[in-house]
Amino acid sequence: MPTWVRVLVATVVTVVFALPLYAMVVVAFTPRDLLLDDGAGLWSSEWTTANFTGLFDAYPIWRWFGNALLVAGLTTVLSVVVNLLAGYALAKLRFAGRTAAFVVVLATLMIPTQAVMIPQFQVVSALGLVGFFWAVILPSASTALGIFLARQFFLAIPDELVDAAKVDGCTTFGAFRRVVLPLSRPLLAVMTLLAFMTQWNDFLWPLIALRDPDLYTLPVALRFLQGAYDADYGGIMAMALLSSIPLLVMFVLLQRWFVAGLSRSGLK
Amino acid sequence: MSRRYRDTRAAWAFLAPNAVLVVVFLLVPLGWAFVLSFQAKRPFGPGTFTGLDNLSRLLADDVFWRAALNTAVFTVVTVPLTVVLGLAIALLLDKAMPGRTVARTIVYLPIVVSTVVVALIGLLLFDESIGIVNGVLRGLGVGPVSWQSNGALAMISVMLVVLWTRVGFALLIYLAALQDVDPEMLEAAQVDGAGPWVLVRRMIVPTLRPTTFFLVVVNVIWSFQIFDIVYVMTNGGPGYSTTMLVSYAYDQGFGPARNFGYGATVGVVLFLLTLVVTLVQLRGQRRHEPAVEG
Repeated sequence: MPTWVRVLVATVVTVVFALPLYAMVVVAFTPRDLLLDDGAGLWSSEWTTANFTGLFDAYPIWRWFGNALLVAGLTTVLSVVVNLLAGYALAKLRFAGRTAAFVVVLATLMIPTQAVMIPQFQVVSALGLVGFFWAVILPSASTALGIFLARQFFLAIPDELVDAAKVDGCTTFGAFRRVVLPLSRPLLAVMTLLAFMTQWNDFLWPLIALRDPDLYTLPVALRFLQGAYDADYGGIMAMALLSSIPLLVMFVLLQRWFVAGLSRSGLK
Repeated sequence: MSRRYRDTRAAWAFLAPNAVLVVVFLLVPLGWAFVLSFQAKRPFGPGTFTGLDNLSRLLADDVFWRAALNTAVFTVVTVPLTVVLGLAIALLLDKAMPGRTVARTIVYLPIVVSTVVVALIGLLLFDESIGIVNGVLRGLGVGPVSWQSNGALAMISVMLVVLWTRVGFALLIYLAALQDVDPEMLEAAQVDGAGPWVLVRRMIVPTLRPTTFFLVVVNVIWSFQIFDIVYVMTNGGPGYSTTMLVSYAYDQGFGPARNFGYGATVGVVLFLLTLVVTLVQLRGQRRHEPAVEG
Protein backbone atom coordinates (compact mmCIF):
# COMPACT_ATOMS: atom_id res chain seq x y z
CA MET A 1 0.00 0.00 0.00
CA PRO A 2 1.36 3.46 -0.82
CA THR A 3 1.94 5.61 2.24
CA TRP A 4 -0.78 8.11 1.36
CA VAL A 5 -3.40 5.36 1.25
CA ARG A 6 -2.26 4.08 4.64
CA VAL A 7 -2.36 7.58 6.09
CA LEU A 8 -5.86 8.07 4.67
CA VAL A 9 -7.17 4.78 6.07
CA ALA A 10 -5.49 5.46 9.42
CA THR A 11 -7.12 8.89 9.53
CA VAL A 12 -10.57 7.42 8.93
CA VAL A 13 -10.02 4.77 11.63
CA THR A 14 -8.76 7.38 14.08
CA VAL A 15 -11.71 9.70 13.44
CA VAL A 16 -14.22 6.88 13.90
CA PHE A 17 -12.60 5.82 17.18
CA ALA A 18 -12.34 9.39 18.43
CA LEU A 19 -15.94 10.33 17.62
CA PRO A 20 -17.70 8.84 20.68
CA LEU A 21 -15.35 10.57 23.15
CA TYR A 22 -15.53 13.75 21.12
CA ALA A 23 -19.35 13.58 21.20
CA MET A 24 -19.25 13.20 24.99
CA VAL A 25 -17.23 16.40 25.31
CA VAL A 26 -19.43 18.40 22.89
CA VAL A 27 -22.68 17.34 24.57
CA ALA A 28 -21.30 18.00 28.06
CA PHE A 29 -20.92 21.67 27.06
CA THR A 30 -24.15 22.00 25.06
CA PRO A 31 -27.10 23.86 26.68
CA ARG A 32 -29.95 21.62 27.80
CA ASP A 33 -32.59 23.41 25.73
CA LEU A 34 -30.65 22.95 22.53
CA LEU A 35 -30.25 19.22 23.22
CA LEU A 36 -33.93 18.73 23.87
CA ASP A 37 -35.05 20.81 20.88
CA ASP A 38 -32.58 19.82 18.18
CA GLY A 39 -31.15 16.57 19.50
CA ALA A 40 -27.49 15.90 20.26
CA GLY A 41 -25.01 16.73 17.54
CA LEU A 42 -21.32 16.88 16.76
CA TRP A 43 -21.20 20.63 17.12
CA SER A 44 -23.23 23.22 19.02
CA SER A 45 -24.24 26.78 18.25
CA GLU A 46 -23.92 27.74 21.91
CA TRP A 47 -21.70 26.57 24.74
CA THR A 48 -22.30 26.42 28.48
CA THR A 49 -20.86 25.11 31.71
CA ALA A 50 -24.33 24.90 33.26
CA ASN A 51 -24.37 21.10 32.94
CA PHE A 52 -21.40 20.93 35.32
CA THR A 53 -22.58 23.54 37.80
CA GLY A 54 -26.02 21.91 37.84
CA LEU A 55 -24.40 18.60 38.80
CA PHE A 56 -22.40 20.07 41.65
CA ASP A 57 -25.46 21.94 42.95
CA ALA A 58 -27.73 18.92 43.03
CA TYR A 59 -25.50 15.94 43.85
CA PRO A 60 -22.61 15.06 46.17
CA ILE A 61 -20.10 14.96 43.32
CA TRP A 62 -17.04 15.59 45.48
CA ARG A 63 -18.12 12.87 47.87
CA TRP A 64 -18.46 10.39 45.00
CA PHE A 65 -15.00 11.31 43.76
CA GLY A 66 -13.67 10.88 47.28
CA ASN A 67 -15.31 7.45 47.54
CA ALA A 68 -13.87 6.42 44.18
CA LEU A 69 -10.40 7.56 45.17
CA LEU A 70 -10.55 5.87 48.56
CA VAL A 71 -11.91 2.57 47.23
CA ALA A 72 -9.60 2.43 44.21
CA GLY A 73 -6.62 3.57 46.29
CA LEU A 74 -7.09 1.04 49.09
CA THR A 75 -7.83 -1.77 46.63
CA THR A 76 -4.68 -0.91 44.72
CA VAL A 77 -2.45 -0.99 47.78
CA LEU A 78 -3.90 -4.26 49.05
CA SER A 79 -3.94 -5.80 45.60
CA VAL A 80 -0.33 -4.93 44.83
CA VAL A 81 0.85 -6.31 48.19
CA VAL A 82 -0.97 -9.65 48.11
CA ASN A 83 -0.37 -10.33 44.41
CA LEU A 84 3.27 -9.29 44.62
CA LEU A 85 3.91 -11.69 47.51
CA ALA A 86 2.05 -14.56 45.84
CA GLY A 87 3.80 -13.97 42.52
CA TYR A 88 7.17 -14.00 44.28
CA ALA A 89 6.43 -17.28 46.04
CA LEU A 90 5.31 -18.88 42.77
CA ALA A 91 8.39 -17.63 40.91
CA LYS A 92 11.27 -17.85 43.36
CA LEU A 93 10.50 -19.96 46.42
CA ARG A 94 10.96 -23.72 46.45
CA PHE A 95 8.14 -25.59 48.14
CA ALA A 96 5.95 -28.61 47.72
CA GLY A 97 2.75 -27.75 45.89
CA ARG A 98 4.13 -24.87 43.88
CA THR A 99 2.83 -26.26 40.60
CA ALA A 100 -0.51 -27.06 42.19
CA ALA A 101 -0.79 -23.52 43.58
CA PHE A 102 -0.06 -22.10 40.15
CA VAL A 103 -2.70 -24.33 38.58
CA VAL A 104 -5.22 -23.03 41.12
CA VAL A 105 -4.35 -19.46 40.10
CA LEU A 106 -4.84 -20.41 36.44
CA ALA A 107 -8.14 -22.06 37.27
CA THR A 108 -9.52 -18.99 39.06
CA LEU A 109 -9.33 -17.25 35.68
CA MET A 110 -12.23 -19.44 34.64
CA ILE A 111 -14.50 -18.45 37.53
CA PRO A 112 -16.33 -15.34 36.38
CA THR A 113 -17.26 -13.15 39.35
CA GLN A 114 -20.54 -12.61 37.56
CA ALA A 115 -21.31 -16.31 37.95
CA VAL A 116 -20.84 -16.31 41.71
CA MET A 117 -22.13 -12.83 42.57
CA ILE A 118 -25.14 -14.07 44.55
CA PRO A 119 -23.25 -16.38 46.95
CA GLN A 120 -20.47 -13.77 47.06
CA PHE A 121 -23.03 -11.25 48.25
CA GLN A 122 -24.14 -13.72 50.94
CA VAL A 123 -20.56 -14.19 52.11
CA VAL A 124 -20.02 -10.44 52.28
CA SER A 125 -23.34 -10.05 54.16
CA ALA A 126 -22.43 -12.82 56.60
CA LEU A 127 -19.15 -11.03 57.33
CA GLY A 128 -21.13 -7.86 58.06
CA LEU A 129 -19.40 -5.92 55.28
CA VAL A 130 -22.42 -4.71 53.31
CA GLY A 131 -22.60 -0.95 53.49
CA PHE A 132 -18.85 -0.62 54.00
CA PHE A 133 -16.18 0.00 51.41
CA TRP A 134 -14.47 -3.22 52.47
CA ALA A 135 -17.31 -5.09 50.75
CA VAL A 136 -15.91 -3.80 47.47
CA ILE A 137 -12.22 -3.73 48.36
CA LEU A 138 -11.61 -7.20 49.79
CA PRO A 139 -13.19 -9.30 47.01
CA SER A 140 -11.34 -7.34 44.31
CA ALA A 141 -7.84 -7.44 45.77
CA SER A 142 -6.55 -10.81 44.61
CA THR A 143 -6.38 -10.99 40.82
CA ALA A 144 -4.94 -13.74 38.66
CA LEU A 145 -3.61 -11.06 36.32
CA GLY A 146 -1.70 -9.37 39.14
CA ILE A 147 -0.18 -12.67 40.25
CA PHE A 148 0.84 -13.49 36.66
CA LEU A 149 2.49 -10.13 36.10
CA ALA A 150 4.44 -10.45 39.33
CA ARG A 151 5.45 -14.06 38.72
CA GLN A 152 6.64 -13.31 35.19
CA PHE A 153 8.70 -10.37 36.35
CA PHE A 154 10.32 -12.28 39.23
CA LEU A 155 11.13 -15.29 37.04
CA ALA A 156 13.49 -13.01 35.11
CA ILE A 157 15.44 -12.05 38.25
CA PRO A 158 18.49 -14.31 38.69
CA ASP A 159 18.37 -16.78 41.59
CA GLU A 160 22.00 -15.97 42.39
CA LEU A 161 20.98 -12.50 43.50
CA VAL A 162 18.51 -13.87 46.03
CA ASP A 163 20.89 -16.61 47.17
CA ALA A 164 23.71 -14.11 47.68
CA ALA A 165 21.47 -12.04 49.94
CA LYS A 166 20.67 -15.14 51.97
CA VAL A 167 24.34 -16.02 52.30
CA ASP A 168 24.81 -12.52 53.68
CA GLY A 169 22.30 -13.39 56.40
CA CYS A 170 19.00 -12.15 54.98
CA THR A 171 15.84 -14.08 55.72
CA THR A 172 13.62 -15.05 52.79
CA PHE A 173 11.51 -11.98 53.38
CA GLY A 174 14.58 -9.83 53.95
CA ALA A 175 16.03 -10.88 50.60
CA PHE A 176 12.73 -10.06 48.94
CA ARG A 177 12.43 -6.68 50.58
CA ARG A 178 16.03 -5.48 50.34
CA VAL A 179 17.26 -7.03 47.12
CA VAL A 180 14.31 -7.90 44.89
CA LEU A 181 11.85 -5.14 45.70
CA PRO A 182 14.18 -2.24 44.81
CA LEU A 183 14.57 -3.83 41.35
CA SER A 184 10.83 -4.12 40.89
CA ARG A 185 9.79 -0.52 40.25
CA PRO A 186 8.57 -1.13 36.69
CA LEU A 187 6.48 -4.05 37.93
CA LEU A 188 5.03 -1.97 40.76
CA ALA A 189 4.13 0.83 38.34
CA VAL A 190 2.33 -1.54 36.00
CA MET A 191 0.48 -3.40 38.76
CA THR A 192 -0.57 -0.13 40.39
CA LEU A 193 -1.97 1.33 37.18
CA LEU A 194 -3.88 -1.79 36.23
CA ALA A 195 -5.34 -2.35 39.71
CA PHE A 196 -6.36 1.29 40.03
CA MET A 197 -7.95 1.39 36.60
CA THR A 198 -9.87 -1.83 37.18
CA GLN A 199 -11.33 -0.72 40.49
CA TRP A 200 -12.02 2.87 39.40
CA ASN A 201 -14.14 1.52 36.53
CA ASP A 202 -15.72 -1.53 38.17
CA PHE A 203 -19.50 -1.47 38.12
CA LEU A 204 -21.41 -4.69 38.78
CA TRP A 205 -19.98 -5.61 42.16
CA PRO A 206 -20.10 -2.06 43.64
CA LEU A 207 -23.68 -1.85 42.33
CA ILE A 208 -24.53 -4.94 44.37
CA ALA A 209 -22.49 -4.23 47.47
CA LEU A 210 -22.91 -0.46 47.92
CA ARG A 211 -26.57 0.18 48.53
CA ASP A 212 -26.27 3.67 49.99
CA PRO A 213 -25.92 6.63 47.53
CA ASP A 214 -23.46 8.21 49.98
CA LEU A 215 -21.10 5.30 49.37
CA TYR A 216 -21.34 5.16 45.58
CA THR A 217 -18.25 4.96 43.43
CA LEU A 218 -18.33 6.81 40.11
CA PRO A 219 -19.79 4.17 37.75
CA VAL A 220 -22.60 3.40 40.21
CA ALA A 221 -23.20 7.14 40.68
CA LEU A 222 -23.41 7.53 36.91
CA ARG A 223 -26.03 4.82 36.69
CA PHE A 224 -27.93 6.59 39.48
CA LEU A 225 -27.72 9.90 37.57
CA GLN A 226 -28.91 8.16 34.42
CA GLY A 227 -32.18 7.45 36.23
CA ALA A 228 -32.38 10.93 37.75
CA TYR A 229 -31.59 12.84 34.56
CA ASP A 230 -33.65 10.69 32.20
CA ALA A 231 -32.94 12.07 28.71
CA ASP A 232 -30.88 15.07 29.85
CA TYR A 233 -27.67 13.99 28.17
CA GLY A 234 -25.92 17.26 29.00
CA GLY A 235 -25.76 16.50 32.72
CA ILE A 236 -24.98 12.83 32.18
CA MET A 237 -22.16 13.55 29.74
CA ALA A 238 -20.75 16.19 32.07
CA MET A 239 -20.47 13.56 34.81
CA ALA A 240 -19.23 10.91 32.37
CA LEU A 241 -16.50 13.29 31.26
CA LEU A 242 -15.51 14.23 34.82
CA SER A 243 -15.31 10.60 35.90
CA SER A 244 -13.22 9.62 32.86
CA ILE A 245 -10.73 12.49 32.92
CA PRO A 246 -8.38 11.12 35.60
CA LEU A 247 -7.73 7.85 33.77
CA LEU A 248 -7.65 9.45 30.32
CA VAL A 249 -5.00 11.91 31.50
CA MET A 250 -3.06 9.18 33.30
CA PHE A 251 -3.17 7.04 30.17
CA VAL A 252 -1.87 9.76 27.89
CA LEU A 253 0.93 10.67 30.32
CA LEU A 254 1.88 7.13 31.33
CA GLN A 255 0.99 5.31 28.14
CA ARG A 256 4.27 3.41 28.11
CA TRP A 257 3.49 1.76 31.46
CA PHE A 258 -0.12 0.97 30.58
CA VAL A 259 0.92 -0.58 27.28
CA ALA A 260 3.69 -2.59 28.94
CA GLY A 261 1.29 -3.93 31.55
CA LEU A 262 -1.56 -4.71 29.22
CA SER A 263 0.64 -6.34 26.61
CA ARG A 264 2.33 -8.50 29.22
CA SER A 265 -1.09 -9.72 30.31
CA GLY A 266 -0.88 -11.96 27.25
CA LEU A 267 0.18 -15.09 29.11
CA LYS A 268 3.45 -16.15 27.63
CA MET B 1 13.31 -30.86 54.98
CA SER B 2 14.81 -31.52 51.59
CA ARG B 3 16.79 -28.77 49.91
CA ARG B 4 14.31 -28.69 47.07
CA TYR B 5 11.53 -27.63 49.38
CA ARG B 6 13.61 -25.52 51.78
CA ASP B 7 11.33 -22.48 51.43
CA THR B 8 8.04 -24.19 52.29
CA ARG B 9 7.22 -22.21 55.43
CA ALA B 10 8.18 -18.87 53.94
CA ALA B 11 6.25 -19.69 50.76
CA TRP B 12 3.01 -20.33 52.60
CA ALA B 13 3.49 -17.10 54.52
CA PHE B 14 3.90 -15.26 51.19
CA LEU B 15 0.85 -16.97 49.75
CA ALA B 16 -1.42 -16.82 52.79
CA PRO B 17 -2.96 -13.33 52.40
CA ASN B 18 -3.85 -14.04 48.81
CA ALA B 19 -5.07 -17.54 49.56
CA VAL B 20 -7.39 -16.28 52.30
CA LEU B 21 -8.97 -13.75 49.94
CA VAL B 22 -9.35 -16.28 47.12
CA VAL B 23 -10.89 -18.91 49.39
CA VAL B 24 -13.28 -16.56 51.18
CA PHE B 25 -14.41 -14.43 48.25
CA LEU B 26 -14.14 -16.81 45.30
CA LEU B 27 -13.92 -20.52 46.13
CA VAL B 28 -16.44 -20.56 48.99
CA PRO B 29 -18.95 -18.59 46.88
CA LEU B 30 -18.35 -20.97 43.99
CA GLY B 31 -19.10 -24.01 46.15
CA TRP B 32 -22.03 -22.21 47.72
CA ALA B 33 -23.42 -21.37 44.28
CA PHE B 34 -23.83 -25.09 43.63
CA VAL B 35 -25.60 -25.53 47.00
CA LEU B 36 -27.89 -22.58 46.28
CA SER B 37 -28.79 -24.00 42.90
CA PHE B 38 -30.56 -26.84 44.71
CA GLN B 39 -32.42 -24.48 47.03
CA ALA B 40 -35.38 -22.14 47.11
CA LYS B 41 -33.71 -19.18 48.76
CA ARG B 42 -34.73 -15.56 49.26
CA PRO B 43 -32.42 -12.87 50.68
CA PHE B 44 -33.83 -13.38 54.19
CA GLY B 45 -34.55 -16.61 56.00
CA PRO B 46 -33.02 -20.02 55.47
CA GLY B 47 -33.08 -21.83 52.15
CA THR B 48 -35.01 -25.04 51.68
CA PHE B 49 -33.69 -27.82 49.51
CA THR B 50 -35.88 -28.37 46.51
CA GLY B 51 -33.74 -30.83 44.59
CA LEU B 52 -33.65 -30.20 40.89
CA ASP B 53 -36.57 -27.73 40.85
CA ASN B 54 -34.37 -24.80 39.80
CA LEU B 55 -32.83 -26.83 37.03
CA SER B 56 -36.12 -28.07 35.61
CA ARG B 57 -37.54 -24.56 35.80
CA LEU B 58 -34.47 -23.29 33.99
CA LEU B 59 -34.79 -25.81 31.17
CA ALA B 60 -38.41 -24.77 30.60
CA ASP B 61 -37.69 -21.03 30.95
CA ASP B 62 -38.03 -19.24 27.62
CA VAL B 63 -36.31 -16.11 28.92
CA PHE B 64 -33.29 -18.15 30.02
CA TRP B 65 -32.98 -19.71 26.57
CA ARG B 66 -33.39 -16.32 24.98
CA ALA B 67 -30.62 -14.94 27.19
CA ALA B 68 -28.40 -17.92 26.33
CA LEU B 69 -29.07 -17.46 22.61
CA ASN B 70 -28.42 -13.70 22.83
CA THR B 71 -25.14 -14.32 24.64
CA ALA B 72 -24.11 -16.89 22.02
CA VAL B 73 -25.00 -14.60 19.09
CA PHE B 74 -23.26 -11.69 20.75
CA THR B 75 -20.11 -13.78 21.30
CA VAL B 76 -20.06 -15.30 17.81
CA VAL B 77 -20.38 -11.87 16.18
CA THR B 78 -18.18 -9.69 18.38
CA VAL B 79 -15.18 -11.97 19.02
CA PRO B 80 -14.13 -12.55 15.38
CA LEU B 81 -14.79 -8.91 14.49
CA THR B 82 -12.73 -7.69 17.46
CA VAL B 83 -9.80 -9.92 16.54
CA VAL B 84 -9.89 -9.19 12.80
CA LEU B 85 -10.25 -5.43 13.26
CA GLY B 86 -7.51 -5.46 15.91
CA LEU B 87 -5.14 -7.26 13.55
CA ALA B 88 -6.02 -5.07 10.54
CA ILE B 89 -5.43 -1.86 12.48
CA ALA B 90 -2.24 -3.31 13.98
CA LEU B 91 -0.86 -4.05 10.49
CA LEU B 92 -1.89 -0.57 9.42
CA LEU B 93 -0.23 1.16 12.38
CA ASP B 94 2.83 -1.09 12.70
CA LYS B 95 5.00 0.65 10.11
CA ALA B 96 6.19 4.23 10.52
CA MET B 97 3.91 6.96 9.22
CA PRO B 98 3.02 10.50 10.24
CA GLY B 99 0.63 10.64 13.20
CA ARG B 100 1.06 6.97 14.07
CA THR B 101 1.43 7.55 17.80
CA VAL B 102 -1.68 9.73 17.95
CA ALA B 103 -3.70 7.17 16.01
CA ARG B 104 -2.62 4.36 18.35
CA THR B 105 -3.39 6.39 21.44
CA ILE B 106 -6.88 7.24 20.22
CA VAL B 107 -7.76 3.63 19.45
CA TYR B 108 -6.39 2.62 22.89
CA LEU B 109 -8.28 5.27 24.84
CA PRO B 110 -11.60 3.40 25.26
CA ILE B 111 -9.67 0.75 27.24
CA VAL B 112 -9.42 3.12 30.20
CA VAL B 113 -12.98 4.43 29.96
CA SER B 114 -15.41 2.70 32.33
CA THR B 115 -18.01 0.44 30.75
CA VAL B 116 -20.78 2.56 32.26
CA VAL B 117 -19.44 5.67 30.52
CA VAL B 118 -19.08 3.64 27.33
CA ALA B 119 -22.71 2.55 27.59
CA LEU B 120 -23.92 6.08 28.29
CA ILE B 121 -22.04 7.33 25.23
CA GLY B 122 -23.64 4.44 23.35
CA LEU B 123 -27.04 5.72 24.44
CA LEU B 124 -26.14 9.23 23.35
CA LEU B 125 -25.18 7.88 19.94
CA PHE B 126 -28.11 5.53 19.43
CA ASP B 127 -30.98 7.29 21.23
CA GLU B 128 -33.82 7.08 18.73
CA SER B 129 -35.19 10.57 19.14
CA ILE B 130 -32.29 12.83 20.10
CA GLY B 131 -29.25 10.61 19.47
CA ILE B 132 -26.32 11.62 17.32
CA VAL B 133 -26.44 8.75 14.83
CA ASN B 134 -30.05 9.41 13.91
CA GLY B 135 -29.32 13.14 13.84
CA VAL B 136 -26.57 12.60 11.29
CA LEU B 137 -28.77 10.22 9.29
CA ARG B 138 -31.60 12.78 9.35
CA GLY B 139 -29.19 15.30 7.89
CA LEU B 140 -28.57 12.82 5.06
CA GLY B 141 -32.32 12.35 4.61
CA VAL B 142 -32.35 8.82 6.10
CA GLY B 143 -34.23 7.41 9.06
CA PRO B 144 -35.11 7.69 11.83
CA VAL B 145 -33.64 4.23 12.49
CA SER B 146 -35.34 2.43 15.40
CA TRP B 147 -32.16 1.54 17.36
CA GLN B 148 -34.10 1.17 20.60
CA SER B 149 -37.50 -0.23 19.63
CA ASN B 150 -36.27 -2.86 17.18
CA GLY B 151 -34.66 -5.84 18.91
CA ALA B 152 -32.18 -6.74 16.18
CA LEU B 153 -31.07 -3.12 15.77
CA ALA B 154 -30.71 -2.74 19.54
CA MET B 155 -28.42 -5.79 19.55
CA ILE B 156 -26.40 -4.32 16.69
CA SER B 157 -26.01 -1.02 18.52
CA VAL B 158 -24.72 -2.86 21.60
CA MET B 159 -22.28 -4.84 19.46
CA LEU B 160 -20.94 -1.69 17.79
CA VAL B 161 -20.35 -0.03 21.14
CA VAL B 162 -18.63 -3.14 22.50
CA LEU B 163 -16.36 -3.29 19.44
CA TRP B 164 -15.36 0.30 20.08
CA THR B 165 -14.11 -0.63 23.58
CA ARG B 166 -12.48 -3.95 22.71
CA VAL B 167 -10.59 -3.35 19.47
CA GLY B 168 -8.03 -1.20 21.31
CA PHE B 169 -6.92 -4.09 23.50
CA ALA B 170 -6.60 -6.41 20.49
CA LEU B 171 -4.58 -3.72 18.70
CA LEU B 172 -2.28 -3.33 21.68
CA ILE B 173 -1.65 -7.06 22.01
CA TYR B 174 -1.09 -7.51 18.26
CA LEU B 175 1.31 -4.56 18.04
CA ALA B 176 3.36 -6.09 20.86
CA ALA B 177 3.35 -9.47 19.12
CA LEU B 178 4.33 -7.97 15.75
CA GLN B 179 7.61 -6.88 17.36
CA ASP B 180 8.50 -10.59 17.44
CA VAL B 181 7.83 -11.24 13.76
CA ASP B 182 11.21 -11.74 12.13
CA PRO B 183 11.74 -8.88 9.62
CA GLU B 184 14.41 -10.88 7.75
CA MET B 185 11.92 -13.64 7.08
CA LEU B 186 9.50 -11.10 5.61
CA GLU B 187 12.23 -9.48 3.51
CA ALA B 188 13.32 -12.84 2.15
CA ALA B 189 9.74 -13.61 1.17
CA GLN B 190 9.42 -10.22 -0.51
CA VAL B 191 12.60 -10.84 -2.49
CA ASP B 192 11.01 -14.10 -3.61
CA GLY B 193 8.13 -12.06 -5.00
CA ALA B 194 5.49 -12.48 -2.28
CA GLY B 195 2.88 -9.67 -2.34
CA PRO B 196 1.56 -8.00 0.81
CA TRP B 197 -1.56 -10.19 1.00
CA VAL B 198 0.50 -13.37 0.73
CA LEU B 199 2.86 -12.07 3.41
CA VAL B 200 -0.04 -11.45 5.79
CA ARG B 201 -1.80 -14.75 5.12
CA ARG B 202 1.16 -17.12 4.84
CA MET B 203 3.67 -15.57 7.25
CA ILE B 204 2.24 -13.00 9.64
CA VAL B 205 -1.05 -14.66 10.58
CA PRO B 206 0.56 -18.08 11.27
CA THR B 207 3.31 -16.46 13.35
CA LEU B 208 0.71 -14.59 15.39
CA ARG B 209 -1.38 -17.70 16.04
CA PRO B 210 -0.65 -17.88 19.82
CA THR B 211 -1.57 -14.20 20.16
CA THR B 212 -4.80 -14.68 18.25
CA PHE B 213 -5.57 -17.67 20.41
CA PHE B 214 -5.06 -15.63 23.57
CA LEU B 215 -7.28 -12.84 22.25
CA VAL B 216 -10.04 -15.25 21.27
CA VAL B 217 -10.01 -16.89 24.70
CA VAL B 218 -10.19 -13.64 26.68
CA ASN B 219 -12.74 -12.06 24.35
CA VAL B 220 -14.96 -15.13 24.58
CA ILE B 221 -14.78 -14.97 28.38
CA TRP B 222 -15.55 -11.23 28.35
CA SER B 223 -18.46 -11.83 25.99
CA PHE B 224 -19.93 -14.54 28.18
CA GLN B 225 -19.71 -12.09 31.08
CA ILE B 226 -21.20 -9.10 29.25
CA PHE B 227 -23.40 -7.13 31.62
CA ASP B 228 -22.54 -3.46 32.26
CA ILE B 229 -23.00 -2.15 28.73
CA VAL B 230 -26.28 -3.96 28.17
CA TYR B 231 -27.64 -3.05 31.60
CA VAL B 232 -27.04 0.67 31.09
CA MET B 233 -27.68 0.93 27.37
CA THR B 234 -30.77 -1.23 26.79
CA ASN B 235 -31.53 -2.85 30.15
CA GLY B 236 -32.00 -6.07 28.18
CA GLY B 237 -34.70 -4.63 25.96
CA PRO B 238 -36.69 -4.07 23.96
CA GLY B 239 -38.52 -7.08 25.39
CA TYR B 240 -35.73 -9.58 26.03
CA SER B 241 -33.89 -8.99 22.77
CA THR B 242 -30.62 -7.92 24.42
CA THR B 243 -30.94 -9.79 27.74
CA MET B 244 -27.72 -11.72 28.39
CA LEU B 245 -27.00 -14.55 30.83
CA VAL B 246 -25.43 -12.28 33.45
CA SER B 247 -28.26 -9.74 33.05
CA TYR B 248 -30.73 -12.52 33.70
CA ALA B 249 -28.83 -13.85 36.72
CA TYR B 250 -28.66 -10.30 38.10
CA ASP B 251 -32.38 -9.69 37.52
CA GLN B 252 -33.29 -12.95 39.24
CA GLY B 253 -31.00 -12.39 42.22
CA PHE B 254 -31.11 -8.64 42.76
CA GLY B 255 -34.13 -7.49 40.73
CA PRO B 256 -37.71 -7.55 42.04
CA ALA B 257 -37.75 -11.38 41.96
CA ARG B 258 -34.97 -11.56 44.58
CA ASN B 259 -34.69 -15.27 43.98
CA PHE B 260 -31.18 -16.20 45.14
CA GLY B 261 -31.60 -19.90 44.40
CA TYR B 262 -32.69 -19.44 40.83
CA GLY B 263 -30.26 -16.59 40.15
CA ALA B 264 -27.40 -18.75 41.46
CA THR B 265 -28.52 -21.56 39.14
CA VAL B 266 -28.14 -19.25 36.14
CA GLY B 267 -24.69 -18.33 37.51
CA VAL B 268 -23.68 -22.00 37.79
CA VAL B 269 -24.71 -22.54 34.17
CA LEU B 270 -22.60 -19.55 33.17
CA PHE B 271 -19.62 -20.92 35.10
CA LEU B 272 -19.94 -24.38 33.54
CA LEU B 273 -20.27 -22.87 30.05
CA THR B 274 -17.16 -20.73 30.57
CA LEU B 275 -15.26 -23.74 31.85
CA VAL B 276 -16.27 -26.06 29.01
CA VAL B 277 -15.69 -23.53 26.22
CA THR B 278 -12.31 -22.48 27.62
CA LEU B 279 -11.17 -26.09 28.04
CA VAL B 280 -12.31 -26.94 24.51
CA GLN B 281 -10.35 -23.96 23.19
CA LEU B 282 -7.27 -24.97 25.16
CA ARG B 283 -7.48 -28.49 23.72
CA GLY B 284 -7.87 -27.13 20.22
CA GLN B 285 -4.81 -24.99 20.79
CA ARG B 286 -2.74 -27.89 22.10
CA ARG B 287 -3.39 -29.81 18.90
CA HIS B 288 -1.74 -26.96 16.97
CA GLU B 289 1.23 -26.35 19.23
CA PRO B 290 3.47 -28.33 21.53
CA ALA B 291 2.58 -27.59 25.15
CA VAL B 292 4.67 -24.83 26.67
CA GLU B 293 5.72 -25.14 30.28
CA GLY B 294 4.16 -22.25 32.29
